[in-house]
Amino acid sequence: MSDEKRSVDQCQGVMRGTGFASFRDGIRSAFPICMAYFPLGMALGVLAQKAGLLPLEIGLMSVLVFAGSSQFVAVSMISGGAEPLSIVLTTFMINLRHVLMSSSLSVFLKGTSPAFLSLFAYGVTDESFAINIMRFRKGNWDRWNALAVNQCSNAAWVVSTIIGGYGGQFIPVGFMGIDYALSAMFISLLVLQIRGAIYVLTALLSGAVAIGVCLLIPGNGYVIIASLLGATAGFALLKAHQRKEARHGAP
Amino acid sequence: MVHPDYLLIVAGMALVTYVPRWLPLFFLAQQRLPRWFVEWLDLIPVAILSALIFPDLFVRGDPRQLVLLQPKSLAAVPTLLFALKTRSLGGTILVGMLLYWVTSKWWMG
Repeated sequence: MSDEKRSVDQCQGVMRGTGFASFRDGIRSAFPICMAYFPLGMALGVLAQKAGLLPLEIGLMSVLVFAGSSQFVAVSMISGGAEPLSIVLTTFMINLRHVLMSSSLSVFLKGTSPAFLSLFAYGVTDESFAINIMRFRKGNWDRWNALAVNQCSNAAWVVSTIIGGYGGQFIPVGFMGIDYALSAMFISLLVLQIRGAIYVLTALLSGAVAIGVCLLIPGNGYVIIASLLGATAGFALLKAHQRKEARHGAP
Repeated sequence: MVHPDYLLIVAGMALVTYVPRWLPLFFLAQQRLPRWFVEWLDLIPVAILSALIFPDLFVRGDPRQLVLLQPKSLAAVPTLLFALKTRSLGGTILVGMLLYWVTSKWWMG
């Protein structure tokens, strides 16, 4: 009897604490991403349609791959008649940057089951990463919230690419500055990540390197190169500063 | 209905996209990471966000060119100030879109 009661309490605890309520908070946080994904996804759908892909086919790609920029590149390569292998290799290069994002998120998902991690990994994008890392740091954010952000964004992406494939060309281009939604979101998230001078320095270094590499090397390898260099330089500066402080602080 | 070649492409894309997302999560989350590595990882998000934003604002065209003044970068300054002042994500997105919309209208003349 008491066991039964305990299990009912646990169930309710799950419903309140980690289940439905968490998912709802996650959905709310994913809203900006969904808003920004719609025009992007529809644009991809339109391009896919022009490349001769069915709405179902582009939807399938969105479900299985779920990585915006690489899908744009893949669609343009398909319409140019590229080799399957070269499309796959290009996709790999474009999406390699997620290694850094997953590494960074892993700090907040300590002790999570392998099954959960495997499911969560599917939804790690630039956008869900940026929202989740900001939330995790602010605190009061759990893995279910984070998964909800991933999956909501995913749903918005899949649906919008399919709608685009059916005739998204009827949406006017640049309507109400919607194509700036992602830029504004990243600017805001960058501001929310700044918690001291070292973060400002790291951001400026990484941004400058990114522009330089972007101008010199084609593709989007600049993201991963600049992030690694920027974070490492910031880390070296931080350590040098800490050593100096320690020396001055010593009696 | 769906072409087999296309299925092959999409399956390959899915695999090479999923593995880099999965590997670090799967292995790092089970381990006790050294302190220096956690400190370094702590700087990764700002570095990534900047690396995404700066070229988006200041580089355009094909071949790529550095263009410091353009609607995207001009709208970014007040957007950044608004974000600093309010620290509101949703508000910044809406204000950013509005600023960009106005700036591009004005830029085109």
